[in-house]
Amino acid sequence: MICAIVPIAQTVGANRVVRGVAIPHPTGDPSIEKSGEVDIRKKLLTLALKGLESKIEEQTVYKEES
Amino acid sequence: MEKIRVVHYINQFFGQIGGEDKAGIPPQMKEGPVGVGQAIQKESNDRFEIVRTIICGDNYAAEHLEEVEPIVLEWVRQTNPDLFIAGPAFAAGRYGMACGTMCKAVQQKLGIPTITAMNQTNPGVEEARKYVYILEAGESIQDMKRTLTKMVSLAKKIVDKTPIGLPHEDGYFPRGVRINVRAEKRGSRRAVEMLLKKLKGEPFTTELPLPKFDRVQPAQPIENLSKAVIALVTEGGIVPKGNPDRIEAHNASKYCKYFIGNLNDLTGEAYQTVHGGYDPVYANEDPDRVLPLDAARLLEKEGAFGKLYDYYYVTVGNVTAVASAARYGQEIGELLHKDGVQGVILTST
Repeated sequence: MICAIVPIAQTVGANRVVRGVAIPHPTGDPSIEKSGEVDIRKKLLTLALKGLESKIEEQTVYKEES
Repeated sequence: MEKIRVVHYINQFFGQIGGEDKAGIPPQMKEGPVGVGQAIQKESNDRFEIVRTIICGDNYAAEHLEEVEPIVLEWVRQTNPDLFIAGPAFAAGRYGMACGTMCKAVQQKLGIPTITAMNQTNPGVEEARKYVYILEAGESIQDMKRTLTKMVSLAKKIVDKTPIGLPHEDGYFPRGVRINVRAEKRGSRRAVEMLLKKLKGEPFTTELPLPKFDRVQPAQPIENLSKAVIALVTEGGIVPKGNPDRIEAHNASKYCKYFIGNLNDLTGEAYQTVHGGYDPVYANEDPDRVLPLDAARLLEKEGAFGKLYDYYYVTVGNVTAVASAARYGQEIGELLHKDGVQGVILTST
């Protein structure tokens, strides 16, 4: 699940969570150009895909490695 | 009777600043009561004096909790009130989370009694009920009068340190606190009587409800992502322009399925959001900001996964009963599974 408010996702039982950008635009950022937004979306989806292929025992939040 | 000095925390809507469009405002304070605060004072026959009101946008509070908390604590500390009230938040999820979190912080870090009120569906209840008195409220402001009456009544008991009744007596969510009471019959007798009732199929009341955790067994991981069929699903209400199937803006009674097999991008001309719980401006400009089709297509072309499913499923998760949402999820999951989908990326607002 891509969701801006991770604690809510966890409270309702979501197991694989990626932190979205913001509530009204979880996979967008109106303050930047569209090409930048598409990059953000690709990054978020890539994290989500990583979650889908990971074996987990408990709720996990997927973040970009810094 | 002494006056009770109160600091009141509310959101941008109850702070009379604006609706969803102002949900991103940072915290600000005003001396004295604002809006609902005046009703609270009146309900207390002016015994409660709201000396300061703190207003914060729901989105800002939800997205910047670590910054907002110390600001709120400082503003509360400066006035040294007898009580901190947050909300009522009813079913508003972000607002309820903020109310619960602020009350918990004020209580634990400043030692000032707190109270808030929200509906049982509000995620703020699970977040804070163990630490804070949360009065059970209806779903919407239609329940305001009743909620304020009960909230003020319970708040007085908290401040005056008069005995507080059990949760169902005083209308608050059980906090998980155990107190010793003397029963008429001893435990062994009560246990046997309960068992006899259960065996006979007669109704009985458990003394200890088994806890319900919202925990779901994690699904097995996808073994070969490069061959997998992935579907996009959203509760953000993205629908073809005109909302042909009339999905409701709140408390959605249905979910729908729309074909995207021939699309690489969602545009504001062809799609819109119908979700009533967030500012629709950004999603209406570019629906990919809630349902990321353009990026999903790019990743599909790059081989990050096998194929993007030809349809997406959508509902509106705004004040939609948890039981309904769970049922939609179950049904959507089964339909996708039958159609060969191996993984779902669900976006939530």
